[in-house]
Amino acid sequence: MNAGDDSAGGPSDSPTRAEPFPYGILGVDLARIVRSIPADEPPPLAPNAELAIIGRSATRLDARDKVTGASRFTVDVGLPGMLHGRILRSRFAHARIRSIDASAALRAPGVRAVEVLAQPTAPHGSNASTVRYVGQPLAAVAADSLAAVEEALQRIEVDYEPLPFVVDLATARRPTAPPVYTADDAPRGSASGYPAPAGLPLHGNVRGPAIVDRGDVARGFADADVEVESDYATQVQTHCCLEPHAIVADWRADGLTVHVSTQYTSGVRHELAEAFGLPLAAVRVIAKAIGGGFGSKSTLGVYGRLAVGLSRQARAPVRIVLDREEEQIDAGNRPSTWQRLRLGARRDGTLTAVRLTSYGSAGVGLGAGVWSLAERLYPCANFLGEQHDVFTNAGAGCAMRGPGAVPGAWGMEQAVDELAERLGIDPLALRDRIDPSPVRREERRIGAQRSGWFERRPPAADPGPIKRGIGCAQSLWMTNVQLNAACEVRVHRDGSVEVFSGVQDIGTGTGTVMAQVVAEVLGLTPQAITVRIGDTRFPAGPPSYGSRTTASITPPARTAAWHVLQSLFREAAPLLDADPAALFAHEGRIGVRDDPARSIALAQAAARSRTDFVSAVASRADDYAGFDVRMGDAAIARQYLGGVQFATVAVDTETGIVRVERVVAVQDCGRPINPRLIESQVQGGVLMGMSFALFEERLLDRHTGHMVNANLEQYKLAGACETPDIEVIVLENYQANSATDAYGIAEPANIATAPAIANAVYNAIGVRLRSLPITPAAVLAALGKIPSRDAP
Amino acid sequence: MMKRFAWTTAESPSAAASAASTICAEAMALTDGATDGAIVMAGGIDLLDLMKEGLLAPARLIGLRDIADFGAIDLERDGARLGAGITLAALAADARIRRRYPALAAAAAGAASPQIRNVATLGGNLLQRPRCWYFRSRHHRCLRRGGVHCFAHDGDNRYHAIFDNRRCAIVHPSTLATVLVALGADVQLTDAAGGSRRLPLEVFLTPPAGDLTRENILQPREILHAVHLPPISEGIRMAHSKRGEKDAFDWPLAEVAVVLDLEPGGRCRDAAVILGAAAPAPHRAVNAARQLVGAVIDEKRATAAAAAAIEDATPLADNGHKLPLFEALVRRTIMAAAQGRLEDSILR
Repeated sequence: MNAGDDSAGGPSDSPTRAEPFPYGILGVDLARIVRSIPADEPPPLAPNAELAIIGRSATRLDARDKVTGASRFTVDVGLPGMLHGRILRSRFAHARIRSIDASAALRAPGVRAVEVLAQPTAPHGSNASTVRYVGQPLAAVAADSLAAVEEALQRIEVDYEPLPFVVDLATARRPTAPPVYTADDAPRGSASGYPAPAGLPLHGNVRGPAIVDRGDVARGFADADVEVESDYATQVQTHCCLEPHAIVADWRADGLTVHVSTQYTSGVRHELAEAFGLPLAAVRVIAKAIGGGFGSKSTLGVYGRLAVGLSRQARAPVRIVLDREEEQIDAGNRPSTWQRLRLGARRDGTLTAVRLTSYGSAGVGLGAGVWSLAERLYPCANFLGEQHDVFTNAGAGCAMRGPGAVPGAWGMEQAVDELAERLGIDPLALRDRIDPSPVRREERRIGAQRSGWFERRPPAADPGPIKRGIGCAQSLWMTNVQLNAACEVRVHRDGSVEVFSGVQDIGTGTGTVMAQVVAEVLGLTPQAITVRIGDTRFPAGPPSYGSRTTASITPPARTAAWHVLQSLFREAAPLLDADPAALFAHEGRIGVRDDPARSIALAQAAARSRTDFVSAVASRADDYAGFDVRMGDAAIARQYLGGVQFATVAVDTETGIVRVERVVAVQDCGRPINPRLIESQVQGGVLMGMSFALFEERLLDRHTGHMVNANLEQYKLAGACETPDIEVIVLENYQANSATDAYGIAEPANIATAPAIANAVYNAIGVRLRSLPITPAAVLAALGKIPSRDAP
Repeated sequence: MMKRFAWTTAESPSAAASAASTICAEAMALTDGATDGAIVMAGGIDLLDLMKEGLLAPARLIGLRDIADFGAIDLERDGARLGAGITLAALAADARIRRRYPALAAAAAGAASPQIRNVATLGGNLLQRPRCWYFRSRHHRCLRRGGVHCFAHDGDNRYHAIFDNRRCAIVHPSTLATVLVALGADVQLTDAAGGSRRLPLEVFLTPPAGDLTRENILQPREILHAVHLPPISEGIRMAHSKRGEKDAFDWPLAEVAVVLDLEPGGRCRDAAVILGAAAPAPHRAVNAARQLVGAVIDEKRATAAAAAAIEDATPLADNGHKLPLFEALVRRTIMAAAQGRLEDSILR
């Protein structure tokens, strides 16, 4: 067989073989299942307990470089003759550009290139150039120094004709609100969010509704013994990556190279090839150390194209690094949402109807829905969902860790608690009744034990001003897979090993888990594997968004390593006087399975290679059980990811201050490959969720349209003092779906935290907070200690 | 981005004063903060931020770190003299200050973040500019920066003043000032000729009525040289509490310093209740103190004082939550002081 062949069609027209796989939840129902798999896939991997490297907490390969500052991020890239670039941005939230004159900037000292994006309005308003938010890019300058760039930017003359604008969701919904777009120029679909399908109607600033109508909700509510209905709102959250967006673009006659902080090297290559009319082969994208993305670096965006345009013009490398203010106002955000949820249930808790109406704002962009969590988490025959996007004069939203599902869970997981109270049923018992997932059932069971759930008291039980409570909430997320994902493994004649893929490591430890998988196959240690990733010259890498990296890249890594090992077995067989099929690799040696005393060093077999190295390339096979959904290169596995989190909070009812004291997070991600890295991801998800619940909020001034807290001082991120005790428990949930059976964790770990905290706050004080963030002001208002502010 | 500037250092307070041709407030009242003058810099925590944010662009900075004994702590009989250059970290760690002025040490220990406390100075903390987000935005030229409009009044004023907020609604940003005013501290200002004037900090932090561009009366050719603390008599009790949305690296929503002078029998001879993050200057809650003087302090008395502390507040549209917060904090801090605890430490 050709190990490098990744061009074959689906499993249906390829040879297959049947193999028994571990299947089910460890400690619950782990059993075997026979799957028919493509013949060139490796044999089933045993459960973690029987493995040497997978399932163990290998230290991050880049740990030392990260903590000593040796890692090179894009901002550390300096090329000979490199210029500095910066962007001129709109000062107005909404304005027509009457004219823009950059000629003086072009003549300024040190200036090498100027790109102008905004085209002045033609007479009579045709072909008008309009800016729609504060911070919208207008032009960019490249010069010898940053000081020269600043100087030149001030010489660009922009004549604005200010227009009426609206920055808040509630006002923008009104028919009388200033229109952000006209019907002709409004975006139609969404690149990143949910649901925002193309072709929805536009009324004023409201696009939608996107409707899901199943069964008959009217009948469902008529059949209900009990109903609950409430409104829930979430604020705009920004990504706050520690490393800002950064690019070094180097346009040369023989092709374009960009160093960029991105979640998707291959995607950036496609964007640039299309934008600049270059063949894919002429575009190289490199992303080494990356300081976080959380969705905001999924695509290249305007700043990146400006850097490339400047480099092309100046015939020199150009670096653009966004500053913190630019990060806050024009690098994406989690849209705000408002939703009304109505649940109908029978007395035993069975859901008879679910009705969801939502309005969300991604600023000038789309994709501000609350996803399909309310529709999917608890199956109900009668469901009606109507979701709307509302345009405002603010920077476009984009995907952010669990997009849609985070606000979706904020509503649904509180509504279910409200229903449980109305029914007089324990919130976990209600979920046991209406949630069919065996995985979450086990997660609830474990979490209840670890969190002290059974000592839970009625709301507001503490007599003093400090009141404590406990709450739980559940997570649901798509088990995403990218099929356009490949990996090459090379074993050199000296036995040294290299692994190649275009995939990037945005800080999660992707390179480390790839090394673990390859090491497991070859009988080596992860430290013995040199992982080379983050470069489009290597085999196609999947994106690092949608929690899909591990699911997409570890199976081809194992498959490629397995093919290389078969080659090594063929080289070793004559030396060991054994059949290649009788050999195994262990601790750097190749031995005979039935006679382990007979063995040679792996390097000895590698030395016999015809060429300098033995190599194999493999790509991501389809999930063995098939997919729930498949769209082009992307697919979603049949079983979604879950997770249940329990929060313990203390509320000072005199000051309104809420502190989260403890979170127990029970999560699943198929087969866990590196428990410590998973724990780190879950802790990050919990912290981000807690920070979202209590502190973070983008604040736009309604009279000027400017973000008043465009920094990391007054935009408040949780710090060490606010960090709770976090206990992470990860299930082993074998799905028999791929060569590693591993899936993602980043997003599911972020979805349940905020509603778990809100449910705990309710349990503490007996008053429900349905709008985020839960600030002292919000708590004091909810307790009736100050007049309430208008709900959005 | 920061503009180019010249850098020199001064070796004595008078040399620094002589070189300090302007002050931050004067320069920032000009359109873009650009000035040909020279401004002094101690830790630079606030000054460099203002420069990086494009709000201040002095032609020259004069470093104060080479001044001998600028960060010294001298115990004078029962009082103390604190050099303006002492860092917050050093102030917080000094055993003598912790013993005699525990609320001051605690306030210093709880300010900002460890990294900032290692660099920020006492003088800089007292002289830092306010954190109002409109004042801090180069896109909003507000009253305090020489403009004609207060953006906070009809904008987002959730963190703004609840007292003295009719024209400009900033709150004074200094945590140390809250405690030092409660303690009755003086400041010592030194001029170019080496002469000094000494005046109560509370007076120093009261600019001429109608001048909204500054938070104190420091003049050009003058530097804040030292802070003098009064002696601590037998019956003095003090406490300091603050609450923010976060517990570190955040600005308080409410802050209270209480100094009580108790007779041996427990009767209160004198009291100072000062609110921080409440007004453009540390706010003396006169009515609250009045509730305490002459009484034996108990929960009921503290509750009455707390109610009195906020009775004449004038909250804005978005900062009504500060009233219950201050009320709780004043009551708790009075009780903490009366019971010999340093701060109200409930849920921190």
